[in-house]
Amino acid sequence: MNRFINIIRHELKLILRQGMDCIMIVMFFIIVITLFPFGVGSEPKMLAKISAGVIWVAALLASTLSLDRIYHPDFEDGSLELLCIQPLAIELIVTAKVTTHWLSTGLPLILAAPCLVLLLDMDKDGFLVLILSLFIGTPTLSLIGSIGAALTLGARRSGVLLSLLILPLYIPILIFGISAIDAAIFDLTWRAPILMQSGLLIGTLPLSL
Amino acid sequence: MSIQFSGTNLACFRGGRSVFSKLSFNLEAGSALLLTGSNGSGKSSLLRIMAGFLTPTTGSIKWHDGLIYDDPEAHYQRLHFVSHHDPIKPVLTVRENIEFWANLRGTADNLHHALKAFDVTKLSNIPGRFLSAGQKRRVNLTRLIASPAKLWLLDEPTIMLDSSTVKRFEELVEQHRENGGMIVVSSHTVLGLNGPEILKLDDFRSEENLDEPIY
Repeated sequence: MNRFINIIRHELKLILRQGMDCIMIVMFFIIVITLFPFGVGSEPKMLAKISAGVIWVAALLASTLSLDRIYHPDFEDGSLELLCIQPLAIELIVTAKVTTHWLSTGLPLILAAPCLVLLLDMDKDGFLVLILSLFIGTPTLSLIGSIGAALTLGARRSGVLLSLLILPLYIPILIFGISAIDAAIFDLTWRAPILMQSGLLIGTLPLSL
Repeated sequence: MSIQFSGTNLACFRGGRSVFSKLSFNLEAGSALLLTGSNGSGKSSLLRIMAGFLTPTTGSIKWHDGLIYDDPEAHYQRLHFVSHHDPIKPVLTVRENIEFWANLRGTADNLHHALKAFDVTKLSNIPGRFLSAGQKRRVNLTRLIASPAKLWLLDEPTIMLDSSTVKRFEELVEQHRENGGMIVVSSHTVLGLNGPEILKLDDFRSEENLDEPIY
């Protein structure tokens, strides 16, 4: 357990010292979302209607952008092969890496979401469910993404390949995330999609490790 | 003395090409094995097989009487592996880099002593990105001292090192052997080791190839 915490502390230290990476991902998320009012017109009703989808899709893209950071730097400087022959289970190393990926991308996106909700004039009930669904959905994104990041190590043009592999797998998370928010906006029960999302999270947990 | 680490009838294929075959080795406590051979003769592959990264196409590797694949974590605990790469993070200081690897193995008490061993005490607060190639290598080798391990597997450890550090390295290897440690090292340069066994990988080259080349 100490060794697990040691890896997380190490990874967090790396991320904090390269703080710009993390900020850039959040900026990307914000910019993508602010483009929408320009693209589809600034009519509040229209924006409110598409807001859930826009925020979720932007979160998917932002999280995909940072996936190559999970393993690629370690792969290049030889840390990854050395990590594989340390006296601790490789599953723990992956868990630590995915956890820090979520802390450095998923969590900042969730923190940025409230400002964007205002921008898109999202319904108040929808907002709370959005945050809840992001809390459940973004760890799933990191988990699935880490599989893609590991598979594309050493491949040419790995960034594009990674997106092609991973984005289709994100579809269920997107569908349930948005249906939960829509349900909340129209006063329907949002419990079912949220539970489905939680199920996806629990299902991908053993698969990714 | 009894044999601790041994491999029998090892063969290795990479990319459909046979690299070596019918190779065996035996190591006792305190012994050193020097791997020599031309480029591509399989020195690095053999070291990787010994570390448990790669499984040999035929043959097996044993620690005492147990196969290393039966308990990989125990095997990893007793070995140190130094490859061509220096796993040093540019944004972490030298001390933080070494500390991380030592902590992963559960021992960071030796740090002060280890920093002295390769004379990196003065560098200990400098971020990795400011190190020269030779300094990086020295920091990488410091890992060997920071957490003790019985078996050192070193792939060209002395490239980039200046002559006084190479000498220091040889002293530390001899010290390691006196304490019952073992070392397998590949090198093109002559290392001043005390009576190492020499394994010439060119002698184990075989011509069997797979029919279809792999691209």
